[in-house]
Amino acid sequence: MQTRGHPNRLGIRGWVGGGRWGFERYMYTLHRLSGLALLVYFTMHIFVTSTRAVGPDAWKQTMSVVSGPLFTMGEYLVFAAFAFHAVNGIRLGAIELGFAVGRPIEPVYPYQTSVGGQRRLARAVLMIAFVVALWGGLDFFVWK
Amino acid sequence: MRDRTLWTWHIGAGAVILVLLGLHMVIMHLSGTLGFLGVQDAEPTGWASVAARAGSLFFTLTYVALLGAALYHGFYGFRNILMELNPGRTVRSVINVGLSVVGLALFAFGTWAALAAPGAATMAGG
Amino acid sequence: MAGSNTKQVTFHLRRFEPGKDAEPHWEDHSIEVTPGMTVLDGLWKVKELSAPSLAWRSSCRMGICGSCGMLINGRPRLACNTQVSELGSAIVAVAPLPNFDIIKDLVPDLRPIFETHREMLPYLLRDDTAEQEDPTREYRQTPHELEQYLQFSYCIKCGCCMAACPTVATDAQYAGPMPLGQAHRYDSDTRDAGFDRRREVLAGGSGPWRCHFAGECSQVCPKGVDPAKAIQLMKRQLVSDLLRLRRRTPPAAVAEAPHGTMRDDIPAAPPRTVTEA
Repeated sequence: MQTRGHPNRLGIRGWVGGGRWGFERYMYTLHRLSGLALLVYFTMHIFVTSTRAVGPDAWKQTMSVVSGPLFTMGEYLVFAAFAFHAVNGIRLGAIELGFAVGRPIEPVYPYQTSVGGQRRLARAVLMIAFVVALWGGLDFFVWK
Repeated sequence: MRDRTLWTWHIGAGAVILVLLGLHMVIMHLSGTLGFLGVQDAEPTGWASVAARAGSLFFTLTYVALLGAALYHGFYGFRNILMELNPGRTVRSVINVGLSVVGLALFAFGTWAALAAPGAATMAGG
Repeated sequence: MAGSNTKQVTFHLRRFEPGKDAEPHWEDHSIEVTPGMTVLDGLWKVKELSAPSLAWRSSCRMGICGSCGMLINGRPRLACNTQVSELGSAIVAVAPLPNFDIIKDLVPDLRPIFETHREMLPYLLRDDTAEQEDPTREYRQTPHELEQYLQFSYCIKCGCCMAACPTVATDAQYAGPMPLGQAHRYDSDTRDAGFDRRREVLAGGSGPWRCHFAGECSQVCPKGVDPAKAIQLMKRQLVSDLLRLRRRTPPAAVAEAPHGTMRDDIPAAPPRTVTEA
């Protein structure tokens, strides 16, 4: 679109929002960041695990490189990102296919919105993701 | 292909990942949880376990399915982010072609690894 | 004269004079605010007392016309619909709606959304052109069918949703919540048969696939239109259509003429009491 006045598009700053924005905006941002982190990890994961096709020595050597507390911590962060991305992904799937936004209603003040309607679902997602991440933490660091 | 079709596949791939990656996480990374369930697997990243899984048709098939679904889901999501940065027409084409090529190459490489792994295991006497 | 229930409030205004200013800048104006005073009333007072060249767009001052959408204390709202007291702050920061070019001061250029809105064919699309041009009767529609789009038809095109949307913040190609909400308003109207034509635009890259439910549009909508809901329901319709699961029904027909017998005991109208000159 041709500029007709002084440009005033927010740019990437508009993605992050913050401060006065709603709860769902933060989940949107977190979903993006966790997705990107998972994609980066996944690409590396393909290369690392593919050494199994070369033979046991290559595999054992790679595994010795990616072991140790720093890598375990990194893997745990990936697990936590997965926990959030997966549980929030279920919420988004249900919403974006029109199942969790409710039916159209008569707008009577104070307005009820689909965003308010799924707020409990959003809170449940955070809680479940937290519990899954906590469970994973116990498994990664305590029960090992 | 139009965005409607691509997006529908993205959601479908998400559902596939949810099941397969859930399994993958439990088997590979949550050995303590498996212990609760009465499954005392050997070290999942040990060569013996790797070779055993490589020889199993179920694991090979699910690896390839998970690889494809996860690559598609991830790269479509990444494409979304890039497209929303409002690139010009040429950059859009570069993004579309570039992500498709990289995604397919990774898929080919991962599939090769999954199919070649049983051979490597047999050669090593695993 | 300052009364006991008046309050001194600073209006922190974003000013921009085309041809003179290179960049917009902030300007402070202190005014006395009385109970019940809206931000729009405040702007009039500032213009009257200290900034005669201040420009903004407003008309009905009652939340109907959709002219006075502004970024008030960081949130897109209608200036006429926002009381200064509800902001709970001694500073009222007013800037033009973001994501639109600034014409002058607080006046955004809303033309892009009107153009996109037009591309969504926001009217009943039917084959019976003759009936539409010269109607014999109304099209039949039940109250339940009306409810499926009524909420979305309350849109006043103020642009607040577009200013709040994170995708619109970067993506100039994305149609945005207002036009998409209006496309769904017609797609979900049982009198309409334009789904296939609108799909040409909606199934593409500027369609609802760029929405990720950050939910901002619905939170800021001053009319309770809930564009986020419309967009998700639209995705459902479009995906069902792709998977051939969408039930296709012909558009509502013209209502039949009432039938039955005319009562013959209806009393005649009383005689006229006023005669024309």
